[in-house]
Amino acid sequence: MITDFEVLETIKMFQEQHLDVRTVTMGISLTDCADSNPSIACGKIYDKVTRYAMELVRVCEDISREYRIPIINKRISVTPISIVAATSDASDYIGFAQALDRAAMTCGVDFIGGFSALVHKGYSESDRKLIESIPESLAATSLVCSSVNLASTRTGINMNAVSQMGQIISKTAQRTADQDAIGCAKLVVFANAPEDNPFMAGAFHGVGEAECVINVGISGPGVIKTALESVRGEDLGVVAETIKRSAFKITRVGELVAQIASKRLCVPFGIIDLSLAPTPSVGDSVARILEEIGLQNCGAWGTTAALAMLNDAVKKGGTMASSFVGGLSGAFIPVSEDEGMIEAAANGSITIEKLEAMTCVCSVGLDMIAIPGDTPPEIISGMIADEMAIGTFNNKTTAVRIIPVPGKGVGDVVEYGGLLGHAPIMRVNTSSCDAFIRRGGRIPAPIHSMRN
Amino acid sequence: MNTKEQKTAVMTVVGNDAVGIIARISGLLFQHNVNIKDITQTILEDTFTMIMMVDLSSADIDIKDLSEELNRLGSEIHLSISIWHTDLFHAMHRI
Repeated sequence: MITDFEVLETIKMFQEQHLDVRTVTMGISLTDCADSNPSIACGKIYDKVTRYAMELVRVCEDISREYRIPIINKRISVTPISIVAATSDASDYIGFAQALDRAAMTCGVDFIGGFSALVHKGYSESDRKLIESIPESLAATSLVCSSVNLASTRTGINMNAVSQMGQIISKTAQRTADQDAIGCAKLVVFANAPEDNPFMAGAFHGVGEAECVINVGISGPGVIKTALESVRGEDLGVVAETIKRSAFKITRVGELVAQIASKRLCVPFGIIDLSLAPTPSVGDSVARILEEIGLQNCGAWGTTAALAMLNDAVKKGGTMASSFVGGLSGAFIPVSEDEGMIEAAANGSITIEKLEAMTCVCSVGLDMIAIPGDTPPEIISGMIADEMAIGTFNNKTTAVRIIPVPGKGVGDVVEYGGLLGHAPIMRVNTSSCDAFIRRGGRIPAPIHSMRN
Repeated sequence: MNTKEQKTAVMTVVGNDAVGIIARISGLLFQHNVNIKDITQTILEDTFTMIMMVDLSSADIDIKDLSEELNRLGSEIHLSISIWHTDLFHAMHRI
């Protein structure tokens, strides 16, 4: 029998604490869509994506209405297009991005991810074409997300690709300058990219994945924050325990949605991504959880320690609640998408350097950070290199999704709306790293990669 | 996790106390052949709070449509009425 307390606690989580499922993402393999004629390949891609995902939005909306669980986004991830398009004789891959965009629009999903390449050790010819097509593709489409894996613990860091991606991010910003460089919000570079991540912009359907799967990303910073309000003044062991208990409940909601969606769509369930994903709404912020733990502002000394504990406790609580866990699984710290983080950036209490330190202990990385539009590409490559090193040498996923906003400088604010939120332009250390980036080559894999 | 979908639901009614709340709500449930298994009610922070366990296995309506009818009734009698699948509570609160 369910107790009255449990009923009321649950209802408050949904009605007052923004508990929701962030995304149900259908992963679809496109390896059978290759063709030497690019327009035939694009036709096959469109047909396959729409055939598999046509019911995705309707089924999610039905579950949402029946169970009163908000499902914020419905998304699709596909096999990295650099692999699918490799057989084709296309000189660029913009047509492939447009085919994905059309398919996503027909299915009514929010985003489609997988305009991607995996170059952590080196480039194939196809990887090269894909990466060079990114700026134009993101300008020509609205729902397509792109990602490039630049490094891994097993292979080291491809510094040629790090150098090139600084240029590509700058070009993408220029090509979408009329919308404050929104193309860069749909482009992420990774170290150790997970192959089953349901979150954008980095979702793609890895080559080791099944034909079609359902992956679910949970959310719920508001629930954790509220739970912590009831243990003010208690020691940190109690704080960690409280986070674990809440993470368990949040994850069970995701598991329930995943199981039902998988059954109704007749598609196997892949993983739950145990991430605390904030939104710009008040009461849905990861930064505010850190403040609740005892910091005046996110970014104060102690932030990294508090975040490490939060991230670990979320995983411990969540793992118990789900049969399969994967993706990024940890706390997200995007700046523009988190109301508390936006305030901390605006009042100067958080800097990019502090955010970098925080990425050592949480999932993702330098995420949704707006920087001055005149930041040189080499500096962006330097930021990427540092972040790739944190991921590669600590055996974890890290990423960079940074937005050099053309025509804007420190003190300006950029507004994207919706889940992408708004952000003050943050100061960047402009000391040159040109000579380092120009060296190119590969940073060898760390010694602890040799585990065999 | 047991994923067999249950036909039972939890209803909550929250608002100011008034005459005839139970009559109006149980009348609507009776119309649709929804069985009431249990009712508890309390005054929580000056607010009338009622929790009902209901069974929809013989009902002539599904939970989505019933939810909409309850919403309409709720706005008529100035109460917040919501209905939730029991599966949700089992998932979150039971191992």
